[in-house]
Amino acid sequence: MAVKNLEQKLAILSDAAKYDASCASSGGQKRNSRDGTGIGSVTGSGICHAYTPDGRCISLLKILMTNFCIYDCAYCVNRVSSNVERARFTPEEVVSLTLEFYRRNYIEGLFLSSGIIRSPDDTMGDMVRIAQMLRHDHGFRGYIHLKTIPDADPTLVEQAGRFADRLSINVELPTDAGVTAYAPEKSPQQIRRSMADVRNLRDAGKDKSHTGRRAPRFAPAGQSTQMIVGADGANDAVILQSSTRLYSNFKLRRVYYSAFSPIPDSSVALPLIRPPLMREHRLYQADWLMRFYGFDAHEITQSARGGNLDLEIDPKLAWALQNRHIFPVDVNRASREILLRVPGFGTRSVQRILATRKHHALRYGDLQKIGANLKNARPFIVTLDWSPRGLTDDADLRARFAPAPQQLSLF
Amino acid sequence: MVTVVLPTVGTFTAWRKAARELAQANVPPQSVLWSRGEDTVDLFADTPLVTGSARQISVPKGFLELAQRAIWHADPERFARLYGVLWALQSNPVLMRDRTHPMIARLYMMAKEVNRDQHKMKAFVRFREIDTTTTDTAASPRRRFAAWFEPSHFTLEPGAQFFANRFGDMDWAIFTPDLSAHFTQGRLRFEPGAARPELPADATEDLWRTYFRSIFNPARVKVRAMQSEMPKKYWKNLPEADLIPDMLAKAQERANAMVASAPSLPPVRAQKLRDRVRATYPLRPGSKIQDRTQDDLFE
Ligand code: SF4
Repeated sequence: MAVKNLEQKLAILSDAAKYDASCASSGGQKRNSRDGTGIGSVTGSGICHAYTPDGRCISLLKILMTNFCIYDCAYCVNRVSSNVERARFTPEEVVSLTLEFYRRNYIEGLFLSSGIIRSPDDTMGDMVRIAQMLRHDHGFRGYIHLKTIPDADPTLVEQAGRFADRLSINVELPTDAGVTAYAPEKSPQQIRRSMADVRNLRDAGKDKSHTGRRAPRFAPAGQSTQMIVGADGANDAVILQSSTRLYSNFKLRRVYYSAFSPIPDSSVALPLIRPPLMREHRLYQADWLMRFYGFDAHEITQSARGGNLDLEIDPKLAWALQNRHIFPVDVNRASREILLRVPGFGTRSVQRILATRKHHALRYGDLQKIGANLKNARPFIVTLDWSPRGLTDDADLRARFAPAPQQLSLF
Repeated sequence: MVTVVLPTVGTFTAWRKAARELAQANVPPQSVLWSRGEDTVDLFADTPLVTGSARQISVPKGFLELAQRAIWHADPERFARLYGVLWALQSNPVLMRDRTHPMIARLYMMAKEVNRDQHKMKAFVRFREIDTTTTDTAASPRRRFAAWFEPSHFTLEPGAQFFANRFGDMDWAIFTPDLSAHFTQGRLRFEPGAARPELPADATEDLWRTYFRSIFNPARVKVRAMQSEMPKKYWKNLPEADLIPDMLAKAQERANAMVASAPSLPPVRAQKLRDRVRATYPLRPGSKIQDRTQDDLFE
């Protein structure tokens, strides 16, 4: 096998990393290099430095250390049984790529994961070494996200959290049965145990010890995970319940949903499908409703057909259409909780409504200026000069929002 | 009529000082002509801009913060608009809380556009390394970088601090048509704008282009999402952007090819490796590993 140069390795190892949806660089401990002794800063809100034509943000250098892997996860391009071309970075190469990209303002930092080579501990050990070199040898103060290997020694995970802003462990599939079937070497229990470890280490990092000294910060930007959607049979209700448990049990910062996407050299065990992008989008919306709008998973999916979200309209609108008895709500009186349930009102619009309300009663035009989406909100609200009258209970209301059915073509 | 010419650097501080003096002297908005340019009157001189009885000027919370954003907007009326609000606030201080009032809404909109422009500058400035051949590393061990950028508003002055905080151990310069920022030995200074400078080729740019091409998933094309976040007006200064048309043209074909190609036989070493993994990590209770190489691949 010919020796690959850096560019060839980069092509292979970023191609292999693109199935991880996360590229976030938000959160983290604020820091900078104004004193000239290092390079990099974290401002708290991540920056997307570029967008690829798949609409995804490039915030981090997202690469695998190696795509050699001794595991055989059916959905994964790197599984041992795939014939995909293999490559492996040296730790120095990863460090240098990160720094050189960073200095040119291409990225916010590094998102490093890896196939499992030799053993989970060896792999995790190399990843920790890369993060350590960046932080200690080069004074790197940018963002580091490490994907931890679930079966690795907990002390390695602990070290990883000292250098990284974020740690993640992918649950991979929404149900234990899915993991067992398609990621045979992985154990759902072990994945959960690792998440619990990270949570505990984070909690410990926040406590002051009895001497009053703070433990060193551990993964200040929290932990996240990813689930593949559409590979196994799990419906959206199951997925969202699973997310709810993950958020509450492990205090995850984010759950990412990744539409199962075709991979080169697929496995017989898992036939390829067109990636369910709309479904993925609706799941993100539902996830948002659970985290910021006070909805729970059950409410969102209670009347979903087959336990799956409506693909044609967003889950908030779908919920409102099914709960018309609480609408229309009076924008000038309703509580924050109720306003948050109005389709077309975002958290920021609600904030502004509440602020403006102290000043004067709102009219329809005021909502426009505030930036609310009135096309969606109209049937569900009352203002000084607007009432939807019969619109709220109109039997055809859904049809006003759903896209027209696709025209049948003559055959 | 009073004419105020604000400087190209330190514009906000100068506006604030001038506006305070004008308001103290009771000069109404329609009697002031604002502009920005080189032949600056010395606003820090002791001679007051206008003479007249001084009244007490105060502004509600939030105004200064908003003014400090909106002032970088390209709107030629920006200084006058800000002064207009400052003036109105003297008789009606609660006006500030009414985001729906046209004058206030306008400032918020301007601030928002400035914020967005500044955010895009942080995102899309692309440095190239310059002077890599300098041998005098003893005198200056700092590596040197430069970039050309075309913001839509006057965002370099408020935005430069971000780069100073981030790229602390290197020297850098950002040139824009209106203004340029230079960070040398840890000190930040501004110079007049420039025409687009010739920057030397930088080999890392090719690696970046390789990365941009490879991280893209051809099975998930969403062109609109890309363009709303990375509007075309920025493309000409992004080294990766000229790859996009070709990536799009080939995407469908690549995605189809993945689906069409039948699953292949696993490489021989796969079986050996798998056996080793399973010997080292004995089956966990409850996991039922089925050996897929034994599946009937010929059916
Ligand atoms: S462990 Fe599984 S998911 Fe991870 S790289 Fe290996 S095959 Fe892919």
